[in-house]
Amino acid sequence: MLIIDCPHCGPRMETEFHYGGQADIAYPADAADLPDSDWAQFLFYRDNPRGDFAERWVHTAGCRKWLTVTRNTVTNEFTSTPRPGAPAPQASTDAHVTTTAEAPLASGADTARKEGQP
Amino acid sequence: MHDQRVLPAHPDFMWRSPEPKHRYDVIIVGGGGHGLATAYYLAKNHGITNVAVLERGWLAGGNMARNTAIIRSNYLWDESAAIYEHSLQLWEGLEDELDYEIFFDQRGVLNLAHTLQEVRDSVRRVEANRLAGIDAEWVEPEQVKELCPIINIDDNLRYPVLGATYQARGGIAKHDWVAWAFARRASELGVDIIENCEVTGFDIDHGRVTGVQTDRGPIGAESVALAAAGASSTLAELAGFRLPIQTRPLQALVSELHEIVHPNVVMSNHVHVYVSQAQKGELVMGAGVDAYNGYGQRGSFHVIEHQMAAAVELFPIFARAHLLRAWGGNVDVTMDASPVVGLSPVENLYVNCGWGTGGFKGTPGAGFVYAHTIATGQPHELNAPFSLERFDTGALVDEHGAAGVAH
Repeated sequence: MLIIDCPHCGPRMETEFHYGGQADIAYPADAADLPDSDWAQFLFYRDNPRGDFAERWVHTAGCRKWLTVTRNTVTNEFTSTPRPGAPAPQASTDAHVTTTAEAPLASGADTARKEGQP
Repeated sequence: MHDQRVLPAHPDFMWRSPEPKHRYDVIIVGGGGHGLATAYYLAKNHGITNVAVLERGWLAGGNMARNTAIIRSNYLWDESAAIYEHSLQLWEGLEDELDYEIFFDQRGVLNLAHTLQEVRDSVRRVEANRLAGIDAEWVEPEQVKELCPIINIDDNLRYPVLGATYQARGGIAKHDWVAWAFARRASELGVDIIENCEVTGFDIDHGRVTGVQTDRGPIGAESVALAAAGASSTLAELAGFRLPIQTRPLQALVSELHEIVHPNVVMSNHVHVYVSQAQKGELVMGAGVDAYNGYGQRGSFHVIEHQMAAAVELFPIFARAHLLRAWGGNVDVTMDASPVVGLSPVENLYVNCGWGTGGFKGTPGAGFVYAHTIATGQPHELNAPFSLERFDTGALVDEHGAAGVAH
Protein backbone atom coordinates (compact mmCIF):
# COMPACT_ATOMS: atom_id res chain seq x y z
CA MET A 1 0.00 0.00 0.00
CA LEU A 2 1.41 3.32 -1.02
CA ILE A 3 1.01 6.24 1.36
CA ILE A 4 0.48 9.31 -0.79
CA ASP A 5 1.06 12.73 0.71
CA CYS A 6 -1.91 14.77 -0.51
CA PRO A 7 -0.96 18.47 -0.53
CA HIS A 8 -4.41 19.29 0.80
CA CYS A 9 -5.16 16.44 3.22
CA GLY A 10 -1.78 15.06 4.27
CA PRO A 11 -0.61 11.45 4.00
CA ARG A 12 -3.41 9.07 3.05
CA MET A 13 -3.61 5.49 1.91
CA GLU A 14 -3.46 4.63 -1.77
CA THR A 15 -7.00 3.19 -1.66
CA GLU A 16 -8.35 6.77 -1.35
CA PHE A 17 -6.81 7.69 -4.70
CA HIS A 18 -7.15 6.87 -8.35
CA TYR A 19 -4.18 6.77 -10.66
CA GLY A 20 -3.83 9.21 -13.52
CA GLY A 21 -0.65 8.02 -15.22
CA GLN A 22 2.13 10.19 -16.56
CA ALA A 23 1.92 13.85 -15.57
CA ASP A 24 2.13 16.92 -17.77
CA ILE A 25 0.78 15.54 -21.03
CA ALA A 26 -0.25 18.58 -23.02
CA TYR A 27 -3.07 18.53 -25.54
CA PRO A 28 -1.62 18.97 -29.04
CA ALA A 29 -1.59 22.59 -30.20
CA ASP A 30 -2.25 21.97 -33.86
CA ALA A 31 -4.88 19.30 -33.33
CA ALA A 32 -6.61 19.86 -36.68
CA ASP A 33 -3.40 19.35 -38.65
CA LEU A 34 -1.79 16.71 -36.47
CA PRO A 35 -0.46 13.65 -38.34
CA ASP A 36 -1.76 10.25 -37.23
CA SER A 37 1.60 9.27 -35.81
CA ASP A 38 1.55 12.30 -33.49
CA TRP A 39 -2.00 11.49 -32.43
CA ALA A 40 -0.80 7.97 -31.64
CA GLN A 41 1.92 9.44 -29.42
CA PHE A 42 -0.58 11.65 -27.63
CA LEU A 43 -3.22 8.95 -27.17
CA PHE A 44 -1.34 5.70 -26.71
CA TYR A 45 2.29 6.37 -25.85
CA ARG A 46 3.47 7.29 -22.35
CA ASP A 47 6.87 7.23 -20.77
CA ASN A 48 7.50 4.00 -18.89
CA PRO A 49 10.74 4.55 -17.00
CA ARG A 50 12.40 2.18 -14.59
CA GLY A 51 13.14 4.80 -11.94
CA ASP A 52 11.76 8.28 -11.30
CA PHE A 53 8.38 8.92 -12.88
CA ALA A 54 6.28 12.12 -12.64
CA GLU A 55 2.70 10.90 -12.29
CA ARG A 56 -0.76 12.13 -11.33
CA TRP A 57 -3.16 10.85 -8.71
CA VAL A 58 -6.65 12.12 -7.84
CA HIS A 59 -7.77 12.04 -4.21
CA THR A 60 -11.16 10.53 -5.04
CA ALA A 61 -12.17 9.67 -1.47
CA GLY A 62 -10.78 12.87 0.00
CA CYS A 63 -10.55 16.38 -1.42
CA ARG A 64 -11.20 15.13 -4.98
CA LYS A 65 -8.28 17.21 -6.25
CA TRP A 66 -5.47 16.13 -8.55
CA LEU A 67 -1.87 16.09 -7.50
CA THR A 68 1.42 15.40 -9.23
CA VAL A 69 4.28 13.53 -7.61
CA THR A 70 7.52 11.90 -8.66
CA ARG A 71 7.82 8.27 -7.57
CA ASN A 72 10.56 5.74 -8.14
CA THR A 73 8.88 2.87 -10.01
CA VAL A 74 11.31 0.29 -8.60
CA THR A 75 11.42 1.25 -4.91
CA ASN A 76 8.09 3.16 -4.71
CA GLU A 77 9.88 5.98 -2.87
CA PHE A 78 8.44 9.39 -3.53
CA THR A 79 11.30 11.57 -4.70
CA SER A 80 9.51 14.92 -4.81
CA THR A 81 7.07 16.86 -2.72
CA PRO A 82 3.62 16.32 -4.18
CA ARG A 83 2.40 19.44 -5.90
CA PRO A 84 -1.23 20.35 -6.18
CA GLY A 85 -2.94 20.03 -9.53
CA ALA A 86 -0.78 20.20 -12.57
CA PRO A 87 0.39 23.12 -14.66
CA ALA A 88 -2.30 24.34 -17.03
CA PRO A 89 -1.77 22.28 -20.18
CA GLN A 90 0.45 24.25 -22.51
CA ALA A 91 -0.57 23.71 -26.08
CA SER A 92 2.38 21.90 -27.53
CA THR A 93 3.21 19.14 -29.99
CA ASP A 94 5.75 17.79 -27.55
CA ALA A 95 3.95 15.10 -25.60
CA HIS A 96 7.00 14.19 -23.53
CA VAL A 97 7.04 15.01 -19.89
CA THR A 98 9.40 17.74 -18.79
CA THR A 99 10.67 17.02 -15.33
CA THR A 100 11.60 20.12 -13.46
CA ALA A 101 13.96 20.16 -10.51
CA GLU A 102 11.83 19.05 -7.60
CA ALA A 103 12.17 19.97 -3.96
CA PRO A 104 13.69 17.33 -1.68
CA LEU A 105 11.58 14.82 0.14
CA ALA A 106 9.20 16.41 2.65
CA SER A 107 8.61 14.85 6.03
CA GLY A 108 5.14 13.67 5.07
CA ALA A 109 6.57 11.59 2.28
CA ASP A 110 8.70 9.66 4.74
CA THR A 111 5.67 7.51 5.42
CA ALA A 112 5.89 6.28 1.85
CA ARG A 113 6.56 2.61 1.54
CA LYS A 114 10.26 2.04 1.12
CA GLU A 115 11.04 -1.28 -0.36
CA GLY A 116 13.78 -2.49 -2.59
CA GLN A 117 13.62 -4.98 -5.37
CA PRO A 118 13.15 -8.49 -4.03
CA MET B 1 -4.84 -35.95 -14.39
CA HIS B 2 -1.16 -36.52 -13.85
CA ASP B 3 -0.02 -37.35 -10.38
CA GLN B 4 2.60 -34.72 -9.93
CA ARG B 5 3.66 -36.04 -6.57
CA VAL B 6 5.76 -38.52 -8.53
CA LEU B 7 7.79 -36.17 -10.66
CA PRO B 8 10.00 -37.50 -13.41
CA ALA B 9 13.66 -36.85 -12.65
CA HIS B 10 15.38 -34.03 -14.51
CA PRO B 11 18.73 -34.62 -16.17
CA ASP B 12 21.60 -32.84 -14.45
CA PHE B 13 21.87 -30.32 -17.26
CA MET B 14 19.01 -29.52 -19.61
CA TRP B 15 20.77 -26.93 -21.74
CA ARG B 16 24.33 -25.94 -22.52
CA SER B 17 25.69 -22.71 -20.99
CA PRO B 18 28.35 -21.60 -23.46
CA GLU B 19 30.34 -18.38 -23.53
CA PRO B 20 28.80 -15.93 -25.98
CA LYS B 21 30.23 -16.03 -29.51
CA HIS B 22 31.28 -12.84 -31.26
CA ARG B 23 28.43 -12.99 -33.70
CA TYR B 24 25.05 -14.66 -34.23
CA ASP B 25 22.43 -14.69 -36.97
CA VAL B 26 19.78 -13.88 -34.39
CA ILE B 27 20.05 -12.56 -30.83
CA ILE B 28 16.94 -12.89 -28.70
CA VAL B 29 16.88 -10.53 -25.72
CA GLY B 30 15.05 -12.21 -22.87
CA GLY B 31 15.23 -15.83 -21.73
CA GLY B 32 11.63 -16.27 -20.65
CA GLY B 33 8.99 -18.44 -22.23
CA HIS B 34 8.53 -16.30 -25.33
CA GLY B 35 12.25 -15.89 -25.97
CA LEU B 36 12.92 -19.62 -25.58
CA ALA B 37 9.93 -20.62 -27.72
CA THR B 38 11.07 -18.18 -30.40
CA ALA B 39 14.56 -19.69 -30.38
CA TYR B 40 13.11 -23.20 -30.65
CA TYR B 41 10.85 -22.35 -33.60
CA LEU B 42 13.65 -20.44 -35.35
CA ALA B 43 15.70 -23.62 -35.23
CA LYS B 44 12.92 -26.10 -35.91
CA ASN B 45 10.76 -24.28 -38.48
CA HIS B 46 13.35 -22.12 -40.21
CA GLY B 47 16.63 -23.96 -39.77
CA ILE B 48 18.22 -20.94 -38.10
CA THR B 49 20.37 -22.35 -35.33
CA ASN B 50 23.12 -19.73 -34.98
CA VAL B 51 20.99 -18.09 -32.30
CA ALA B 52 21.68 -16.72 -28.83
CA VAL B 53 19.12 -16.14 -26.11
CA LEU B 54 20.50 -13.50 -23.73
CA GLU B 55 18.98 -13.45 -20.28
CA ARG B 56 19.79 -10.77 -17.72
CA GLY B 57 19.01 -13.02 -14.75
CA TRP B 58 18.32 -16.73 -14.70
CA LEU B 59 16.35 -18.65 -17.28
CA ALA B 60 12.59 -18.07 -17.02
CA GLY B 61 12.87 -16.23 -13.70
CA GLY B 62 10.59 -13.33 -14.66
CA ASN B 63 6.95 -13.51 -15.62
CA MET B 64 7.40 -17.08 -16.86
CA ALA B 65 7.85 -18.14 -13.24
CA ARG B 66 5.23 -15.76 -11.88
CA ASN B 67 2.05 -16.37 -13.88
CA THR B 68 -0.88 -18.54 -12.88
CA ALA B 69 -0.29 -20.88 -15.86
CA ILE B 70 -3.76 -20.54 -17.37
CA ILE B 71 -4.23 -21.51 -21.02
CA ARG B 72 -7.32 -20.69 -23.12
CA SER B 73 -8.19 -19.14 -26.48
CA ASN B 74 -11.69 -17.72 -25.97
CA TYR B 75 -10.96 -14.16 -27.06
CA LEU B 76 -13.55 -11.95 -28.73
CA TRP B 77 -12.07 -10.64 -31.95
CA ASP B 78 -11.04 -12.73 -34.93
CA GLU B 79 -7.43 -11.52 -34.78
CA SER B 80 -7.00 -12.52 -31.14
CA ALA B 81 -9.00 -15.72 -31.45
CA ALA B 82 -6.76 -16.77 -34.34
CA ILE B 83 -3.43 -16.23 -32.60
CA TYR B 84 -4.52 -17.61 -29.22
CA GLU B 85 -6.21 -20.63 -30.84
CA HIS B 86 -3.06 -21.28 -32.85
CA SER B 87 -1.19 -21.19 -29.57
CA LEU B 88 -3.66 -23.56 -27.91
CA GLN B 89 -3.30 -26.04 -30.77
CA LEU B 90 0.47 -25.89 -30.36
CA TRP B 91 0.03 -26.52 -26.62
CA GLU B 92 -1.99 -29.63 -27.47
CA GLY B 93 1.00 -31.16 -29.25
CA LEU B 94 3.79 -29.66 -27.21
CA GLU B 95 4.66 -32.56 -24.91
CA ASP B 96 5.19 -34.85 -27.89
CA GLU B 97 6.95 -32.21 -29.92
CA LEU B 98 9.40 -31.25 -27.20
CA ASP B 99 9.56 -34.81 -25.88
CA TYR B 100 9.20 -33.54 -22.36
CA GLU B 101 6.53 -33.61 -19.67
CA ILE B 102 4.97 -30.16 -19.13
CA PHE B 103 1.84 -31.26 -17.23
CA PHE B 104 -0.46 -29.72 -19.80
CA ASP B 105 -3.91 -30.46 -18.46
CA GLN B 106 -7.06 -29.48 -20.37
CA ARG B 107 -9.29 -29.37 -17.33
CA GLY B 108 -11.56 -26.62 -18.66
CA VAL B 109 -11.76 -22.89 -17.95
CA LEU B 110 -14.82 -21.11 -16.58
CA ASN B 111 -15.10 -17.32 -16.95
CA LEU B 112 -17.81 -16.22 -14.54
CA ALA B 113 -20.36 -13.50 -15.21
CA HIS B 114 -21.71 -11.58 -12.22
CA THR B 115 -23.81 -8.81 -13.76
CA LEU B 116 -26.43 -8.70 -16.49
CA GLN B 117 -24.06 -6.79 -18.73
CA GLU B 118 -21.39 -9.38 -18.17
CA VAL B 119 -23.90 -12.10 -19.06
CA ARG B 120 -24.64 -10.34 -22.37
CA ASP B 121 -20.96 -9.79 -23.12
CA SER B 122 -20.13 -13.38 -22.25
CA VAL B 123 -22.88 -14.84 -24.44
CA ARG B 124 -21.70 -12.61 -27.27
CA ARG B 125 -18.16 -13.88 -26.78
CA VAL B 126 -19.31 -17.50 -26.79
CA GLU B 127 -21.08 -16.92 -30.12
CA ALA B 128 -18.04 -15.12 -31.52
CA ASN B 129 -15.81 -17.99 -30.43
CA ARG B 130 -18.03 -20.55 -32.13
CA LEU B 131 -18.00 -18.56 -35.35
CA ALA B 132 -14.21 -18.53 -35.10
CA GLY B 133 -14.18 -22.31 -34.68
CA ILE B 134 -13.24 -22.26 -31.01
CA ASP B 135 -14.97 -24.50 -28.50
CA ALA B 136 -17.09 -22.39 -26.19
CA GLU B 137 -20.36 -22.72 -24.37
CA TRP B 138 -22.50 -20.68 -22.05
CA VAL B 139 -23.29 -22.48 -18.83
CA GLU B 140 -25.96 -21.59 -16.27
CA PRO B 141 -25.14 -21.34 -12.53
CA GLU B 142 -26.29 -24.90 -11.82
CA GLN B 143 -23.99 -26.19 -14.55
CA VAL B 144 -21.15 -24.10 -13.09
CA LYS B 145 -21.81 -25.86 -9.79
CA GLU B 146 -21.74 -29.25 -11.50
CA LEU B 147 -18.42 -28.46 -13.14
CA CYS B 148 -16.91 -26.98 -9.97
CA PRO B 149 -18.80 -28.32 -6.93
CA ILE B 150 -17.01 -26.14 -4.36
CA ILE B 151 -18.21 -22.88 -5.89
CA ASN B 152 -20.85 -20.82 -4.13
CA ILE B 153 -23.73 -19.95 -6.46
CA ASP B 154 -26.08 -18.52 -3.82
CA ASP B 155 -27.93 -15.50 -5.08
CA ASN B 156 -27.28 -13.62 -1.84
CA LEU B 157 -23.65 -12.94 -2.76
CA ARG B 158 -22.67 -9.36 -3.40
CA TYR B 159 -21.85 -10.44 -6.95
CA PRO B 160 -23.76 -13.68 -7.52
CA VAL B 161 -22.69 -16.16 -10.19
CA LEU B 162 -25.12 -15.59 -13.08
CA GLY B 163 -23.42 -18.09 -15.36
CA ALA B 164 -20.12 -18.54 -17.12
CA THR B 165 -18.43 -19.14 -20.40
CA TYR B 166 -16.80 -22.55 -20.52
CA GLN B 167 -13.91 -23.60 -22.70
CA ALA B 168 -13.35 -27.31 -22.13
CA ARG B 169 -10.03 -27.31 -24.01
CA GLY B 170 -8.58 -24.65 -21.72
CA GLY B 171 -6.43 -25.60 -18.79
CA ILE B 172 -3.05 -25.21 -17.18
CA ALA B 173 0.55 -26.35 -17.62
CA LYS B 174 3.53 -26.32 -15.31
CA HIS B 175 5.19 -23.11 -16.38
CA ASP B 176 8.79 -23.74 -15.30
CA TRP B 177 8.79 -27.14 -16.99
CA VAL B 178 7.51 -25.50 -20.17
CA ALA B 179 10.47 -23.12 -20.16
CA TRP B 180 12.92 -25.95 -19.47
CA ALA B 181 11.41 -28.09 -22.22
CA PHE B 182 11.83 -25.30 -24.78
CA ALA B 183 15.34 -24.51 -23.52
CA ARG B 184 16.39 -28.15 -23.69
CA ARG B 185 15.21 -28.68 -27.27
CA ALA B 186 16.50 -25.30 -28.47
CA SER B 187 19.88 -26.05 -26.93
CA GLU B 188 19.98 -29.49 -28.57
CA LEU B 189 19.28 -27.82 -31.91
CA GLY B 190 22.28 -25.51 -31.46
CA VAL B 191 20.87 -22.40 -29.76
CA ASP B 192 23.18 -20.77 -27.20
CA ILE B 193 21.33 -19.95 -23.99
CA ILE B 194 23.34 -17.36 -22.09
CA GLU B 195 22.16 -16.42 -18.63
CA ASN B 196 23.51 -13.55 -16.52
CA CYS B 197 24.10 -11.46 -19.61
CA GLU B 198 22.37 -8.07 -19.63
CA VAL B 199 21.92 -6.07 -22.80
CA THR B 200 23.08 -2.52 -22.12
CA GLY B 201 22.83 -1.02 -25.60
CA PHE B 202 22.26 -1.61 -29.29
CA ASP B 203 24.67 -1.05 -32.17
CA ILE B 204 22.70 0.68 -34.89
CA ASP B 205 24.21 1.68 -38.21
CA HIS B 206 22.15 3.80 -40.61
CA GLY B 207 18.89 2.71 -39.00
CA ARG B 208 19.83 -0.97 -38.99
CA VAL B 209 20.77 -3.00 -35.94
CA THR B 210 24.17 -4.71 -36.15
CA GLY B 211 24.57 -6.08 -32.64
CA VAL B 212 24.16 -5.52 -28.95
CA GLN B 213 26.31 -4.27 -26.11
CA THR B 214 26.19 -6.44 -23.01
CA ASP B 215 27.81 -6.55 -19.61
CA ARG B 216 29.86 -9.42 -21.07
CA GLY B 217 31.01 -7.43 -24.08
CA PRO B 218 29.65 -6.61 -27.53
CA ILE B 219 27.96 -9.32 -29.63
CA GLY B 220 27.27 -8.88 -33.33
CA ALA B 221 24.01 -9.99 -34.94
CA GLU B 222 22.15 -10.03 -38.22
CA SER B 223 18.86 -9.61 -36.38
CA VAL B 224 17.91 -8.78 -32.81
CA ALA B 225 14.56 -9.73 -31.30
CA LEU B 226 13.21 -8.32 -28.04
CA ALA B 227 11.24 -10.69 -25.82
CA ALA B 228 11.52 -8.89 -22.53
CA ALA B 229 7.92 -8.19 -21.38
CA GLY B 230 8.01 -5.57 -18.62
CA ALA B 231 11.57 -4.52 -19.49
CA SER B 232 10.72 -3.82 -23.15
CA SER B 233 10.33 -0.05 -22.79
CA THR B 234 13.76 0.40 -21.29
CA LEU B 235 15.32 -1.71 -24.06
CA ALA B 236 13.42 0.17 -26.79
CA GLU B 237 14.63 3.42 -25.29
CA LEU B 238 18.22 2.19 -25.65
CA ALA B 239 17.45 1.51 -29.31
CA GLY B 240 15.90 4.96 -29.75
CA PHE B 241 12.17 4.30 -30.03
CA ARG B 242 9.10 4.22 -27.79
CA LEU B 243 6.63 1.42 -27.14
CA PRO B 244 2.96 1.94 -26.24
CA ILE B 245 3.19 -0.11 -23.06
CA GLN B 246 3.11 0.58 -19.34
CA THR B 247 4.81 -1.74 -16.87
CA ARG B 248 2.59 -2.62 -13.93
CA PRO B 249 2.77 -4.98 -10.95
CA LEU B 250 0.62 -8.12 -11.15
CA GLN B 251 0.34 -10.26 -8.05
CA ALA B 252 -0.47 -13.88 -7.41
CA LEU B 253 -0.23 -16.28 -4.52
CA VAL B 254 -0.49 -19.93 -3.60
CA SER B 255 -1.84 -21.73 -0.54
CA GLU B 256 -0.32 -24.63 1.26
CA LEU B 257 -0.92 -28.04 -0.31
CA HIS B 258 -4.41 -29.45 -0.04
CA GLU B 259 -6.32 -32.44 -1.32
CA ILE B 260 -7.58 -31.89 -4.83
CA VAL B 261 -10.84 -29.99 -4.36
CA HIS B 262 -10.88 -27.73 -7.40
CA PRO B 263 -11.20 -29.62 -10.69
CA ASN B 264 -10.84 -26.83 -13.28
CA VAL B 265 -9.90 -23.16 -13.69
CA VAL B 266 -12.33 -20.48 -12.52
CA MET B 267 -11.79 -16.88 -13.50
CA SER B 268 -13.78 -13.81 -12.62
CA ASN B 269 -13.03 -10.46 -14.16
CA HIS B 270 -15.68 -8.74 -12.13
CA VAL B 271 -14.45 -9.64 -8.67
CA HIS B 272 -10.84 -9.92 -9.82
CA VAL B 273 -9.73 -13.36 -8.92
CA TYR B 274 -8.78 -16.45 -10.86
CA VAL B 275 -8.20 -19.80 -9.25
CA SER B 276 -6.96 -23.24 -10.10
CA GLN B 277 -5.35 -25.99 -8.09
CA ALA B 278 -1.94 -27.18 -9.12
CA GLN B 279 -1.61 -30.92 -9.60
CA LYS B 280 0.57 -30.95 -6.50
CA GLY B 281 -2.23 -29.39 -4.44
CA GLU B 282 -1.58 -25.67 -4.01
CA LEU B 283 -4.49 -23.35 -4.68
CA VAL B 284 -3.09 -20.89 -7.23
CA MET B 285 -4.78 -17.51 -7.22
CA GLY B 286 -4.13 -14.47 -9.35
CA ALA B 287 -5.13 -10.92 -8.51
CA GLY B 288 -5.97 -7.84 -10.53
CA VAL B 289 -3.20 -5.71 -11.92
CA ASP B 290 -2.06 -2.83 -9.67
CA ALA B 291 -3.13 0.63 -10.79
CA TYR B 292 0.28 2.26 -11.00
CA ASN B 293 3.46 1.77 -13.00
CA GLY B 294 5.97 -0.41 -11.21
CA TYR B 295 9.13 -2.40 -11.84
CA GLY B 296 9.61 -3.71 -8.30
CA GLN B 297 7.96 -7.13 -8.85
CA ARG B 298 5.59 -6.45 -6.00
CA GLY B 299 2.29 -4.64 -5.67
CA SER B 300 0.08 -3.21 -2.96
CA PHE B 301 -1.48 -5.27 -0.21
CA HIS B 302 -5.03 -4.03 -0.70
CA VAL B 303 -5.08 -5.73 -4.12
CA ILE B 304 -4.34 -9.08 -2.46
CA GLU B 305 -6.94 -8.33 0.21
CA HIS B 306 -9.56 -7.66 -2.45
CA GLN B 307 -8.60 -10.81 -4.31
CA MET B 308 -8.88 -12.94 -1.15
CA ALA B 309 -12.27 -11.45 -0.31
CA ALA B 310 -13.51 -12.46 -3.75
CA ALA B 311 -11.95 -15.93 -3.52
CA VAL B 312 -13.44 -16.70 -0.12
CA GLU B 313 -16.89 -15.52 -1.16
CA LEU B 314 -16.82 -17.68 -4.28
CA PHE B 315 -15.12 -20.62 -2.55
CA PRO B 316 -16.08 -20.61 1.16
CA ILE B 317 -13.90 -23.65 1.88
CA PHE B 318 -10.81 -21.53 1.09
CA ALA B 319 -11.39 -19.49 4.24
CA ARG B 320 -9.11 -21.66 6.34
CA ALA B 321 -6.42 -22.20 3.74
CA HIS B 322 -3.04 -20.78 4.68
CA LEU B 323 -0.95 -18.63 2.40
CA LEU B 324 2.30 -20.26 1.33
CA ARG B 325 3.80 -17.66 -1.02
CA ALA B 326 2.81 -14.35 -2.62
CA TRP B 327 4.74 -12.59 -5.36
CA GLY B 328 4.48 -10.09 -8.17
CA GLY B 329 5.64 -9.74 -11.74
CA ASN B 330 6.19 -6.78 -14.04
CA VAL B 331 3.55 -6.99 -16.76
CA ASP B 332 3.61 -4.94 -19.94
CA VAL B 333 0.12 -3.66 -20.67
CA THR B 334 -1.09 -1.90 -23.81
CA MET B 335 -4.04 0.42 -24.27
CA ASP B 336 -6.03 -2.21 -26.21
CA ALA B 337 -5.06 -5.22 -24.05
CA SER B 338 -3.47 -6.88 -27.11
CA PRO B 339 0.19 -7.65 -27.72
CA VAL B 340 2.68 -6.05 -30.09
CA VAL B 341 4.47 -8.62 -32.26
CA GLY B 342 6.30 -7.47 -35.33
CA LEU B 343 8.73 -5.00 -36.81
CA SER B 344 10.17 -1.94 -35.07
CA PRO B 345 11.34 1.41 -36.40
CA VAL B 346 14.89 -0.03 -36.44
CA GLU B 347 15.63 -2.37 -39.34
CA ASN B 348 16.21 -6.00 -38.33
CA LEU B 349 15.18 -5.22 -34.75
CA TYR B 350 11.92 -6.94 -33.82
CA VAL B 351 9.52 -6.47 -30.91
CA ASN B 352 7.38 -8.94 -29.02
CA CYS B 353 5.77 -7.31 -25.99
CA GLY B 354 2.51 -6.02 -24.58
CA TRP B 355 1.15 -9.47 -23.69
CA GLY B 356 0.31 -7.86 -20.37
CA THR B 357 -1.34 -10.18 -17.92
CA GLY B 358 -1.76 -13.04 -20.41
CA GLY B 359 1.54 -13.92 -22.00
CA PHE B 360 1.87 -17.46 -20.68
CA LYS B 361 -0.93 -18.96 -22.77
CA GLY B 362 0.58 -17.27 -25.80
CA THR B 363 4.03 -18.80 -25.30
CA PRO B 364 4.12 -21.32 -28.18
CA GLY B 365 1.95 -19.20 -30.48
CA ALA B 366 4.04 -16.10 -29.95
CA GLY B 367 7.27 -18.03 -30.43
CA PHE B 368 5.95 -19.58 -33.66
CA VAL B 369 4.85 -16.34 -35.34
CA TYR B 370 7.72 -14.28 -33.94
CA ALA B 371 10.23 -16.78 -35.33
CA HIS B 372 8.51 -16.47 -38.71
CA THR B 373 8.71 -12.67 -38.49
CA ILE B 374 12.42 -12.75 -37.65
CA ALA B 375 13.28 -15.39 -40.25
CA THR B 376 11.43 -13.74 -43.13
CA GLY B 377 11.53 -10.07 -42.13
CA GLN B 378 7.74 -10.01 -42.50
CA PRO B 379 5.00 -10.71 -39.97
CA HIS B 380 3.17 -14.04 -40.13
CA GLU B 381 -0.49 -13.54 -41.05
CA LEU B 382 -1.43 -14.30 -37.44
CA ASN B 383 0.65 -11.48 -35.95
CA ALA B 384 0.21 -8.94 -38.77
CA PRO B 385 -2.76 -7.32 -36.95
CA PHE B 386 -0.59 -6.88 -33.85
CA SER B 387 1.85 -4.44 -35.39
CA LEU B 388 3.07 -1.22 -33.79
CA GLU B 389 1.40 0.65 -36.68
CA ARG B 390 -2.05 -0.19 -35.36
CA PHE B 391 -1.65 2.61 -32.83
CA ASP B 392 -1.09 5.05 -35.71
CA THR B 393 -3.85 3.73 -37.95
CA GLY B 394 -6.34 3.20 -35.13
CA ALA B 395 -6.89 -0.45 -36.09
CA LEU B 396 -6.78 -1.51 -32.45
CA VAL B 397 -7.70 -5.00 -31.28
CA ASP B 398 -9.71 -4.13 -28.20
CA GLU B 399 -9.67 -7.18 -25.98
CA HIS B 400 -10.42 -5.58 -22.64
CA GLY B 401 -13.52 -7.74 -22.31
CA ALA B 402 -11.87 -11.08 -22.94
CA ALA B 403 -8.55 -10.13 -21.41
CA GLY B 404 -9.66 -7.97 -18.51
CA VAL B 405 -7.22 -8.55 -15.75
CA ALA B 406 -7.81 -12.21 -15.89
CA HIS B 407 -5.76 -14.08 -18.43
